Amino acid sequence: MKVHEVGGTRAESDTSHAEHERSPYQPVFVGDAKRELDELLTRYPSKMAALLPALWIVQHERGWVSDDAMAEVAQLLDLTPAYVKGVVTFYTMYHQHPVGKYFIQVCTTSPCGACGAEKVVDALLKHTRCGELGATSPDGRYTVIEVECLGACGFATPVMVNEEFIESVTPERVPQILSQYQ
Amino acid sequence: MGFPHAPHAKETPVLSQYFGDPAARTVAGWKQRGGYAALEKALGMSPADIVNVVKESGLRGRGGAGFPTGLKWSFMKVGDGKPHYLCVNADESEPGTFKDREIMRWTPHALIEGSAIASYAMGAETCYIYIRGEFTEPLTVMAAAVKDAYAAGIVGPNAMGTGKRIDVHVHKGAGAYICGEETALMNSLEGKRGNPRIKPPFPAVAGVFGMPTTINNVETLAAVPHILNRGAAWYKGMSHSNPKSTGTKLFSVCGNVAKPGNYEVEMGFPFKDFLYDLCGGPTPGRRFKAVVPGGSSVPIQTMEEAEATLMDYEGFVAQGSMLGSGGVIVFDDAQCMVKHIARFARFYAHESCAQCTQCREGTAWCTRILERIERGLGTMEDLDTLLDLSEQMTAKTICVLSDSCAAPIVSGIKKFRGEFEAHITGKRCPMGATAAA
Repeated sequence: MKVHEVGGTRAESDTSHAEHERSPYQPVFVGDAKRELDELLTRYPSKMAALLPALWIVQHERGWVSDDAMAEVAQLLDLTPAYVKGVVTFYTMYHQHPVGKYFIQVCTTSPCGACGAEKVVDALLKHTRCGELGATSPDGRYTVIEVECLGACGFATPVMVNEEFIESVTPERVPQILSQYQ
Repeated sequence: MGFPHAPHAKETPVLSQYFGDPAARTVAGWKQRGGYAALEKALGMSPADIVNVVKESGLRGRGGAGFPTGLKWSFMKVGDGKPHYLCVNADESEPGTFKDREIMRWTPHALIEGSAIASYAMGAETCYIYIRGEFTEPLTVMAAAVKDAYAAGIVGPNAMGTGKRIDVHVHKGAGAYICGEETALMNSLEGKRGNPRIKPPFPAVAGVFGMPTTINNVETLAAVPHILNRGAAWYKGMSHSNPKSTGTKLFSVCGNVAKPGNYEVEMGFPFKDFLYDLCGGPTPGRRFKAVVPGGSSVPIQTMEEAEATLMDYEGFVAQGSMLGSGGVIVFDDAQCMVKHIARFARFYAHESCAQCTQCREGTAWCTRILERIERGLGTMEDLDTLLDLSEQMTAKTICVLSDSCAAPIVSGIKKFRGEFEAHITGKRCPMGATAAA
């Protein structure tokens, strides 16, 4: 889905990727995660329908969705790894590579753009020392990306830090906000 | 009420009455406020009678299309021996729209109650509430409310002690605007890529998991308990001289306006009064220039058009646009229309599912041309190319995403042509704005 010339703001974080792949893969779906998946499977008439929720569990546990994790999910849900990858790559919220400890998404769609979202992006890039969109800061702490409409246009500019949703962010508020995510 | 502002005397708070009131989020709090009385009443009625009340009320879909809700429900053949499903479209992603977010954050039980009534009326034992993944707070609030509703016996295998099964599940999306299109939503729910399906078959015949399905917007369903409690005639009576558009509507207001937020008014409310009185007009020292009244997919209005509009389905059409989702985006005289139209196009290029060539190629091509014009590198021929492209992108694809990209482009060139020409002849943006990043 994200093959357009106009899209694409992600950059790979190769080092942590490589480090991660050196150790043998530990399955995600053991213990509580397995029980959570089993409960989810009772909600739908097909196993495939549990795919998006299963991928959310993976991302929650590991911070991103690796090829190994996709293969694990595929096996549990009677799908092929290629099918799972096809779904993962369609949706923007699944990370296909490790990201910073704090993943920061800034809405820059038109309504927020009209209210100064670009300056919020600039302030975030400067204060996180990420340098550019999609890149992870040298200390591994932050990744900043632009995101399309977060559905909070009356509270420009909304910013998400991992699962936390922060409304009405201005460039001036950025240092104080970042101080809470160290 | 004008959440996050104090309510305005000209508002008619029905859905928004308890916005900002955390006590309304619990089962006990909701019951204290009259909640779940409508569900109790509904479960004592026949499904056909419920459908008739909703038909009689004139309620129309609040997600954008405005299809009559009762009629939609009547397409579900109760008793055909198949499992039926209700999908709640809580994928609210239309730029400018943030009303369903507030309904779910503050009154989750209003949505559960409306969904349970709708499920029973359509013979559906399972309801999935599909919420966009970025809505972390609504997801948390809704999940907690569903859990409480199960614990209180309101939903589940023996809903309200009637022996009827109504299961309600929250399903989290994963970031894709297109999943707000009803057939894409069903594919996504099934664990597939969110590609829209060719219709027919329509969802009421073969929807999610191949079974009869109805997809309703959050706001539509939240209105249903009020209609059952207070009657179809009461709901129908909330209309300013147009019997085709009834009830109240939540409008989300954003952009360059003094008081952004959600406002609930009766259908047919004068848009001029709405913009200048309820929303407080422009910010100090500025003037309004343009309005996109129904989310980014509808044509742009000039202020002349906007100020002459009555806020209902027909009223917006009569003034060159559409009610859409009710997401009002306001631009003032410091804004460059070319820049914003280019940014809208970029949004659609990013969100195209890429199934249809016209959309996959067209949205990206339009974006490149518009951004070139904004940087002062465009030609007059580019405007013709944009209009030609837009025509090829309209009514030619599986869903309306590419039509939505074309709408602001065509209306923008038609109504603000001077700004486009100034960029081309002056070889720079006259507003001093820079191209979208």
